[in-house]
Amino acid sequence: MATNAQTAGDYIRHHLVNLTYGKLPADYTRADGSVLAEEQWVFATSAREASDMGFMALHIDTLGFSFLLGVLFLGFFWVMGRRATAGEPTLMQNIVEATVEFVEDNIKTTFAHPNALIAPLSLTLFVWILLMNLMDLVPVDWLPWTAQQFGVHYLKVVPTTDVNNTLGLSVTVFALIIYYNMRIKGTRKFFAELAFHPFPKYLFPVNLFLEGINLFAKPVSLALRLFGNLYAGEMVFILIAALIPFWLQWTLSLPWAIFHILIIVLQAFIFMILSIVYLGQAHK
Amino acid sequence: MIETQAMIYLAGAILMGLGAIGAGVGVGVLGSKFIEGAARQPELIPLLRTQFFIIMGLVDAVPIIALAIALYLIFAV
Repeated sequence: MATNAQTAGDYIRHHLVNLTYGKLPADYTRADGSVLAEEQWVFATSAREASDMGFMALHIDTLGFSFLLGVLFLGFFWVMGRRATAGEPTLMQNIVEATVEFVEDNIKTTFAHPNALIAPLSLTLFVWILLMNLMDLVPVDWLPWTAQQFGVHYLKVVPTTDVNNTLGLSVTVFALIIYYNMRIKGTRKFFAELAFHPFPKYLFPVNLFLEGINLFAKPVSLALRLFGNLYAGEMVFILIAALIPFWLQWTLSLPWAIFHILIIVLQAFIFMILSIVYLGQAHK
Repeated sequence: MIETQAMIYLAGAILMGLGAIGAGVGVGVLGSKFIEGAARQPELIPLLRTQFFIIMGLVDAVPIIALAIALYLIFAV
């Protein structure tokens, strides 16, 4: 879709803006030249508007696609769970069973405590992130171009290339880590672990600092690892689409897509396994 | 203006290059140890392979994040 009027840089920048819904202040000059009479919730029509909306803005595409994929995941697994037979399984039932068993195996080898939440949590994290990552393999212009025909200016298809999404996931896991630390160990022991650990007791500010970083690095690294990998992958696809004539694009995007399949699955798997490991530490 | 642009290109190049060096050494050590372990105890290969991939994902993430930032700097800033 890289037309002559549009430079490669514009094209790339266009693909990196979310469909942002936020509040613009009164007297704001919009991208098409019109001026807002009063402050108003609107969809951004330019990258500048999207950044001027500030913190209180919603990325409708990220929210929408992740919600749809979540519904798809839950609906599919629910229907298959209902239809499951002990006889000859269908292909779909096999897929569901293999996924569940894969997650179960991983939990059994890395998590040795009784906990009712860990299995559904891990399955959800793995399959949901996997589905969101898989949106990366949809050719970069299909959905945004289609949306543009219906008057939607921006559309980022892969929810995990939005750092808000990955941070949302990892902050939830972080909240669970804190909760289980408090519940299993008790607040005092949890605090003691943070304050008295590497060095003797009288150095507790240093300990608290070190262990605090250790604790808060967990959600940040979880989120940024997933975001960075998917963002880089999407970026390469966008670059290929922007800089290479369309009849040559498959020579680069096909190998990258095949390599990217590894990253997609691996990152979903790593997010799941690290969440299990962190929650396992909370139970010790 | 041209100097700023040049600085951005250089920054991107350094980001990608240094990230790649680190990850290259990391994955190299990891792979050699994996093969060593597999040669010593071939029955442990499935277990080792899982761990290998987990750590490779961890090591791999850093240069890929650097790559993303570098590409962003070069093409979109």
